[in-house]
Amino acid sequence: MKTARISAILALASLFAAPALAQQATVHITIKDHKFSPSEPHAPANQPFAIVVKNLDSTASEFESKTLRVEKVVAPGGEITMQIRPLNPGRYHFFDDFHQDTTDGDLIVE
Amino acid sequence: MLGALIIVFREVIEAGLIVGIVLAVTQGVPGRGAYVGGGLVAGLLGAALVAAFAGALADAFSGVGEEVFNAGVLALAVVMLAWHNIWMASHGREMAANLRQVGQAVAEGSKSMTALAIVVAVAVLREGSEVVLFLYGIAASGTAGFKDLLIGGMFGLALGCALSLLMFYGLVAIPVRYLFAVTTTLITFLAAGMAAQCVVFLQQAGFVTALSGTLWDTSAILPDDSIPGRVAHVLFGYVDQPSGAQALVYVLALAAIFVATRMAAPVQKPSVA
Repeated sequence: MKTARISAILALASLFAAPALAQQATVHITIKDHKFSPSEPHAPANQPFAIVVKNLDSTASEFESKTLRVEKVVAPGGEITMQIRPLNPGRYHFFDDFHQDTTDGDLIVE
Repeated sequence: MLGALIIVFREVIEAGLIVGIVLAVTQGVPGRGAYVGGGLVAGLLGAALVAAFAGALADAFSGVGEEVFNAGVLALAVVMLAWHNIWMASHGREMAANLRQVGQAVAEGSKSMTALAIVVAVAVLREGSEVVLFLYGIAASGTAGFKDLLIGGMFGLALGCALSLLMFYGLVAIPVRYLFAVTTTLITFLAAGMAAQCVVFLQQAGFVTALSGTLWDTSAILPDDSIPGRVAHVLFGYVDQPSGAQALVYVLALAAIFVATRMAAPVQKPSVA
């Protein structure tokens, strides 16, 4: 009874976890001297993908995009990964919420 | 300087409005200062800890630690707010009726106070850790604009507190017999907004993938990173580009808490709602 319940929970959990594990494209972005590099990365349209942001500065940053609907702190020297939903082709603006005046870019989805 | 002011102000009002509402809800309950203050201190300590371990937290659970943490914290706040509403619906009427001579009701009321203290702690924890990280970054960089940014940050903090106080006095100005209905409604919307925000973190972590399309875009009318947008975000869970899943969870949470609060209220004559 108990094992049945546990395996049911595990099955349910794997159902949710599966999409994240699937083979997918990854966009790499680096922050250095409060600049994104590349500042105009490309991503495939109509399929889920991941964005990996590496922070080479000595201050914390917050990678944020309203259109991509993400917001995540990157510790100094740290790296974060975010899952992005399938997107229509277009430009998606992103910025560093802690340094908005110097640090921004556009993701080009095509 | 202005940038620092706005960033800190934005984060502070999110936590501050919630503290203001909790203070208004518990108006006249003896000992509430200790609960709210305790929640505040716990939240600030937690915020400093979260900021210190931001890197480790982000790496935890194969890179989605921060999202899991935020979603968990929000889910806890939603449960606590819902529970407070339900508790108040079943006990609140007597308490409101003799607010001046609460007596025994307060001893029982402390259960609900604990729930609200947790909500305060959780709100301060979430927003506070960002402020700590941001201000720490300024302090660490030690650049020429250091002083300006710090002054801006302090002004942002003061303005955020001032707005929260206004919210508190605005609520307190409502006559006691209406206050209960107003705060119950406020808390229901507050909780629904938090539930929707919880979904955003689960989407960012890749745990929720259904209904991810954008439902509408009102960023041209009321951008949610503007100050009015932020206030609307805290109070009603407003977002300018919500996904279907966000909207669905918002409506479900709103309905569930509303119905549960209604059902918990003692049956009474069909006079005032």
